[in-house]
Parts: sequence; structure tokens; C-alpha cells
Amino acid sequence: MDAAIREHESLAARIRRWLPALARGRRPEALPVTLDRNRVYIVPTRAGLGFAVLLATMLIGALNYQNNAALLLTCMLGAALASSMLLTWRELHDLTLRSLHADHGFCDARLPIHLAFADDARARPGLHVALDDIEQACPLRRGVSRATVTAPTDARGWMPIPRMRFSSTLPFSLFRAWSWITPDQRALVYPRILRDGRPPAHHDDPRERITGGDEFAGLREYHVGDPIRHVAWKASARHDHLLVREFDRAAPGQPLRFDWRDLSGLDRETRISRLAAWVCDAYAAAHPWTLILDDRRALGPGSDAAHYHRCLTALAELP
Amino acid sequence: MKAPRIPTGTHGPASGLAPLPFTLLCATVLCVLAAHAPHMPVWYTTVLAAIVAARWWQRRRQRGRVSAWLRVALLVAVPAAVVAVYGTPFGREPGAAIVCGLLAVKLLESERPRDARMAVGFACFILMSALLFDQALAFTIIVGLMLLPALATLRALEPGLPESGWLPAFRTGAVLLGASLPAALLGFLLIPRLATPLWGAPGNGVARTGMTDRMAPGDLHSLLTDNAVAMRIGFDGAPPPENQRYFRGMVLWSFDGRAWVPGAAARRPWPPVPVGVHDPLTHYDVTLLPSHRHWMFALDVPVDAPEDAVMGPDHTLSSSKPIDQTLHYRVASATDYQLAPERLDPRIRAAALELPAGFDPGAHALAERWRTAAGGDDAAIVRDALALFRDGDFVYDLDAPPLDRNSVDDFLFNTKTGFCEHYASAFTFLMRAAGIPARVVVGYQGGYWNAFAHYLLIRQSDAHAWSEVWLAGRGWVRVDPTAAVSRIILADTGGAAGDVGGGNRSWWMPWQNRLDVINRWWGQTVVGFDALSQGRLFRPFGVEHATAQMLGIGLAIAVFLTLGFGALLASLRPHHKPRDALATAQQRLQHRLARIGIVRGTAEGPRDFFSRSVAALPDSASTLRTLSTEYLVLRYACAEPPPEQTRAFARRVRNFHPRHVLK
Repeated sequence: MDAAIREHESLAARIRRWLPALARGRRPEALPVTLDRNRVYIVPTRAGLGFAVLLATMLIGALNYQNNAALLLTCMLGAALASSMLLTWRELHDLTLRSLHADHGFCDARLPIHLAFADDARARPGLHVALDDIEQACPLRRGVSRATVTAPTDARGWMPIPRMRFSSTLPFSLFRAWSWITPDQRALVYPRILRDGRPPAHHDDPRERITGGDEFAGLREYHVGDPIRHVAWKASARHDHLLVREFDRAAPGQPLRFDWRDLSGLDRETRISRLAAWVCDAYAAAHPWTLILDDRRALGPGSDAAHYHRCLTALAELP
Repeated sequence: MKAPRIPTGTHGPASGLAPLPFTLLCATVLCVLAAHAPHMPVWYTTVLAAIVAARWWQRRRQRGRVSAWLRVALLVAVPAAVVAVYGTPFGREPGAAIVCGLLAVKLLESERPRDARMAVGFACFILMSALLFDQALAFTIIVGLMLLPALATLRALEPGLPESGWLPAFRTGAVLLGASLPAALLGFLLIPRLATPLWGAPGNGVARTGMTDRMAPGDLHSLLTDNAVAMRIGFDGAPPPENQRYFRGMVLWSFDGRAWVPGAAARRPWPPVPVGVHDPLTHYDVTLLPSHRHWMFALDVPVDAPEDAVMGPDHTLSSSKPIDQTLHYRVASATDYQLAPERLDPRIRAAALELPAGFDPGAHALAERWRTAAGGDDAAIVRDALALFRDGDFVYDLDAPPLDRNSVDDFLFNTKTGFCEHYASAFTFLMRAAGIPARVVVGYQGGYWNAFAHYLLIRQSDAHAWSEVWLAGRGWVRVDPTAAVSRIILADTGGAAGDVGGGNRSWWMPWQNRLDVINRWWGQTVVGFDALSQGRLFRPFGVEHATAQMLGIGLAIAVFLTLGFGALLASLRPHHKPRDALATAQQRLQHRLARIGIVRGTAEGPRDFFSRSVAALPDSASTLRTLSTEYLVLRYACAEPPPEQTRAFARRVRNFHPRHVLK
């Protein structure tokens, strides 16, 4: 008995392994891609199988009681439910993914991907997109051709856009149509942000600098690693979380220096993450900074968005 | 690398049931209750509907299941109530009542889309079972329409409906039901019918409606107000005149002082009484609706029993099996006949004169007086009796008062009010008391002649009782004492058409009679479509008898073709929205350039494309340059391209015919 179940499971696993391979879509392809009838797959859902059993019962009952009105009703219901399959299939059929572009995203956070579909007179209200185990609703109303989904990230650097599964169960959830698209495109994932941990004991410590001025500028939420003496205890008592005082810097003109070598003693990925965190903080505080990488390449100084992205790109692309 | 996931039926975490699908689900359940209401006790239906309404109200205010205690209590209460009403949980009516109750209880715990889908499935099944009670066309259509809320519920469980998505939710189901009608009809025609049922004998435990084999004064009352169709008859040639449309069902010989029953005489295998038949015979086809009894009805005296039927000694037909399905038979009847004119078998004569002792002394005395006055003239006594009913202040009224122990005396001398049963009973009693062999006949009389479709429609309300007396030299003669009554009071109960010879009072009755053509068509072509008619399905293709295998192959082909056709329809691109005139003209230009090999790239802007075209086509460079400038100005320099300039641009594009460049 157990052996039979195991056999069954292994068969299911094998099919699971094989089906997507059969379903092409493994090979990356250049956009635009149209989901034509050769690549839209459809199977009944569990509810669909349940209704099939129900219809069979109704059919046998109507035949047994030689009741033609009941048989006609069963035929009507069966035909209507079966033809809902065509509507489900139609949800995907002819869908054209014209282009996509990945937004900026940090590692471990979900990366937004903007999809642009071909203008289509057909609404696809039940469209779902999955780039991993999470199904994301992506309804397309009539005349709407743009949508945004998110992809998981687990490493910094250039990531191929994962294979996307477009699916729909409209209108009755009795059938599920799906199709795969593996776009021939990459997205750059910025390094993981690491704010926790002790800031390096260095006089140019950026954190000290950013929130270490004299003039009180305001309160913000506490992050791990903030100096404990900056916590505004009285203000925090009135809130659910800790607040820290922020101070304007004494020397606003002087750019900060984020040097790879400042972080000696840490492993490579942690160093990159810490540098990325500093860059983010400096950019948020609109303070100019210079980033010096391990090959002594210096970026900056600067404080604008272009500089920010250049720095994060450089960090992400580090070998 | 993660193992790729196979698509499954669930997506995302199980979410709750939104208000719209829940409301639609409640409507579906109410529809199911309405479909079964005709055979369930009114209080039971009302309580179930109240449970549905209360649940809807409760969930509108706060989501969540009803407490488990209440659900369990109702789960026990439903079968208990059904057993209390019907005495058993088994059988068609109790079974239907129980599943209706369980469906209502299921609503109390429906909180997830999965529950709702399951409930919709049950609802569809129970809707279908409602048709086991009634297959009439109107009811079938109503039940078919009740599928709409069920499908709307399924649709509303899915995303993509606006907040108040009532109509859009119904639209999908309506479109699908309408579009799949041809496929449904093909399936209906081709699904092989079972020659014999797999289980149970259909119709077992069915409440018998229609005539009973016991006639006591007042018993027929419910029948005379029942407008259900009893049978339809098509005649070869003209129908018999209205006053001769007497369809005999049973002969009742035995009277116990209160009721007439067939008695032992009807069961005794006496030799058939010879019939002196005078031409012409009337040939006709009868379509008898299920009565779940054995009697078959025939005009006057049938000369032969149809297949699977026997003719009794009193010339009535009966089927060898209970009539659980609509029955078609063909009979020839004599309307001009003589039954045993010379001599009556002594045993029959004894049975036809038998009266219970100690009942109705007044009637006996009256009959004695008539006999004394008439001497040996039996016909004179019959005339006396009819004269009594005609001139003796007798009233025809369906609302007859109840009679005491001496029912005939009470009716003749006291109430003088009644309908066919009272008159037939009293008349037959008087004849027997006077020594004339007499018997009661029940059947149908009259009917509605549908001149358009040429058939006679007989309703249950055409039920009638009359007498037959044996007169020497003439044999058994039909006497209808009710016809002698002159004063008629018609109650507002409808019906009773045959009883008084065709007086219909309700205003819709004539329409119902005319529209019965449709019901007849429905009964013949759809309800009556059995294995036999299915076997004849392929006759036009030269197949004498279609086997189940051939039907199966036909069904497979039909499914394949309809699916293919449906897929073709579904894959048609919807019409693109009308583009603006400028874009149309620009597309035409692009198309013309593409024909000679200058194709616009996916990522190529119009300006780049045009300059590339200008470079490639030195001959038309100036025209192209003008067109390009014009287009760019119209498209990008104005918020709304001016119509007349757009038209001019379109005209120039039409006149522009670029030619191949020979390189």
C-alpha cells in the first residue's frame, strides 16, 4: 500500500518535472511574445472534477428514471460548464506581452517588474501571473495594457527574469488555463541592505556624521545600529517604538567617504551590504558621498539619483 | 533550482466569501426550495426559506459560521421533521425534502469559496431532481432558468466583477447557457437511453393522482377541480360529436350503501359479451399521461385490446403494468353498438341488481311505485327517473353538502344538490331497486377539441360518472342522469368541464386549452423521446436501427465538432476599437511601405522610420518628407488632430503609391 503511494508520488513528481519541460518556455525568448493556441494549456481544477462527478451522477439518475426533462437539464448544465473551458482559454489566448522592464530592487525584497501588453480590445479580468509560488492577480481591464508584478530575489547582481506563468480560472474556476513565458531579459538586483551591526570605529563613520551633528533636526524611527545616546527617550515613551533624534551636520559641505577598507574584518558580502546601506542613508539624507570600492575605484562625490544608482549598480556588479 | 510547480486548483490563501456571491448563493437555494415547494409541506418550505433569509441577514451584519450547536441541531431536525411528516425518510418526496433541508443547513457553514461551489453543485443536483416530480414544459423552463443564479454564483466567486456586479455575474451564465443550447440538444438526442433502469422501478411510491376505483358521493370533487391533462386523443377523421365523447374507464358493480367499487363481478372472467357492431368504427390514438394505475380509457366500446392490455368482460381496457410512463395506444371503438341485446348472463344480471340490505328505504319505495306504474316497460322507468332529476328541483353544484348514512335517500329527498357522482349513484340505485340491471361507469366526458392541431384534450376535470342500464332488446344502454339536471351552479373552482358538458369558467382556460398544443408537442417529442424513438434517429442516413454504439460514436463526433467550433468562435479576435482616422491613414502608409520591403521595427519611432524610408526611396523622397512632417505635426503638435487636415493627410496617403527601388 505504502509502496503504491510512493510509486504514485514519484510518478506525480516525474510528471511535475516533465510537464513544464514539455511546455516549452524553458528557452528564453525575446519579447514580444504572443500566447497563441499552441502554448496555452488547460486542465480541470479540483472543483471542475467535482462538477464532472456531479454531472455524471445527474446523467445516470436522469437516464435511470427515464426522465427526459431532467436529462435535458443535465445536458444544458453540462454543455454550459464544459464551454466555460473556452472562456477560460480565451482569457489567455492571444495575450501579447510586448515588453517588460524591471524596476530597481534590493536583494531579499521583491523586485517590481512592469509589464506592457499589446493593446487589446478584450478584458482579461482573471489574469494571474506567478514568478514563484505566489500567484499575483494582474487583471487587465479593456484598454488597459500595463501591470506590475513582483519577482523574488535571492542574490545581488544580474538576475535573469524568472519564468513567468500566466494563468486564469475565469469564469467558473472549473478549468485552469496557463502558459509560460521566459523573457530573454535580465534585471539588476541591488545588494542586500544591512543596517544592523556595529558601525566601524572610524572618525569618518558616516552614521555618526549623518545623525551626529549639533543642531536638532527632528525625530525618526530607530534602526538597529543607531547610537543609543541619540534615542529620544521622552518622545519614545509616547510612541509604540523607539525614536532617535536627528541632527544636522556641522559641516554640510564636506562629502562623506565610504571606503571598502573601512570595513575590514567583515566578509565580502557583508561589506557590500553595509556600503549599500550607507549609500542609501546618505542618499536619503541628501548628503554628498564618495564610494571607494575594493579596486580603489572611487565614485563621486555626488548626492543625486544618478550617483546613487551608479553606486548601487557598481556594488551589485562587484564580482 | 526549485522544482517547478504544477498548476493546481487553488490560488493564494483561502479567502473568505464576498457578499455578492453569498447573496447569489442564497438566491440559488431559494430557487431550489421554490422548485420543490409544490410537493413539500408549506410550513416546511417556509421554515427552510426563513433559515436562508436569517442566515443572509446574519452574514450581512457579521461574517462567520453559525454556531456548531445550531447547525448540528438543524442537521438532526431536518430528517426528524421529514420522518414526522412522511413517516419514512425513504422514497422520492421524503428524499427530496431531506436534501432541500440539508442544502439550507449547508448555507449556515458556507464561509469559503469552496463551500459555495459545493453548495452550488448540490443545488444543481436538487434542481434536477425537481423534474422527477413534473416534466411539464413550463416547469422545465422555470427549472432551467433557475440554473442562472447557480452559474452567477460560480461567476461571482471569481475576480473581475465590479462591486455591484449583479448583471455581469448573470451575463456569463446566460451567454454560456444560450450558446451551449445546440450542444445540449445534440447531447440529449445522442446520449444512449437505458433500455431497462439500473435500479428501482421509477414511479414506486408515487402518490396516485387521477381517478380512483372507489366512487362515493363527493370523492371526485378534487378531481373535478384539477386542470391537469389526463390524455390527448387524435382521431382518424372527424371527432365524434360532443355529446358522444364518453371515454369509459371502469365499471363499478358493487354498492355498499355509501361507495361504488368494481366488486367481484369486475374481476370474474366471464365470457366477453357479444357486441353487435354497426359500422363505421372510430379509430383513434390515445396518449395517456402517467396515472400509476392500470386503467386505460377508450371511447364507448373498444372492439379489440391494444398490445399489453386486456379487455374485461364489461369492455373496459386495462394495462398489464401500472402506467408510470406516458402511454400511447391505438384503439378502434364502436359508438353504434349493441351489448348483449337478447339475453343477459344470469350471473351478470344478479351482480347488476345487487343492493345492500338495510339502506335507503325511501329510494326503494320510489322505485316500487315507478315499477307498479310502468308495469313491464323498463324504458318508462328510466324516463321517470330522468324526469325526476329534470323537474324535481335538483341542482348541479360542485359544492355539495355531505350526505348522511342513507346517502341516496338523503340526496333524493333532502339535499337534491350534487354532481355526477351523486346523480349516477342515485340513478343506478333507483334502477336496481326497480329491477333493471344497472351499473356505474366512470371515465372522462367531453374535452376540448383543438381544431388547430386536431386532437381532443382531456383534463382531469373532465372526469365523469354515468350509468348503464340493460334493456331487453337493446342491451346495455348509456344513460347520463347528470345531463338531465337543468339548474347548474358553477363554483369558482375552475374545471368540471366534462361533467356538465363543456362549460369553462375561468378566463384563462380557453388560452390554456389552445396553448396545450405546445405541451403536447413537448410531451411527444421531448418527454416521450425514448430508446425506441432514438433507434429511429439515423433513418435519414439509411440506418434502420441505431445501436447504442452508433449513438456513442455520433455523440463523440458531435462533442468533437462542437468543441472545435466553439474554440474557433472563442479564438476570434474581438473587433479592435475604431482607431482614429490619423492612425488608420498612418497604418495604411506603413502597410504600403512594408509591401515594398520597408518594415517598421518594433522599437522604431515614426520619425526614424520616415527618415529611413526617405533614404531608401529617393524617387518619392519629397512626397514622403511632406507626409512625414504632416504626420508628426498632426500627431504630436496638436492635442486633437484637426479633422479636415487629417482627412487631407489620409487622401494624400491614399494617392501615394511607392514603387520598388531597383538596386
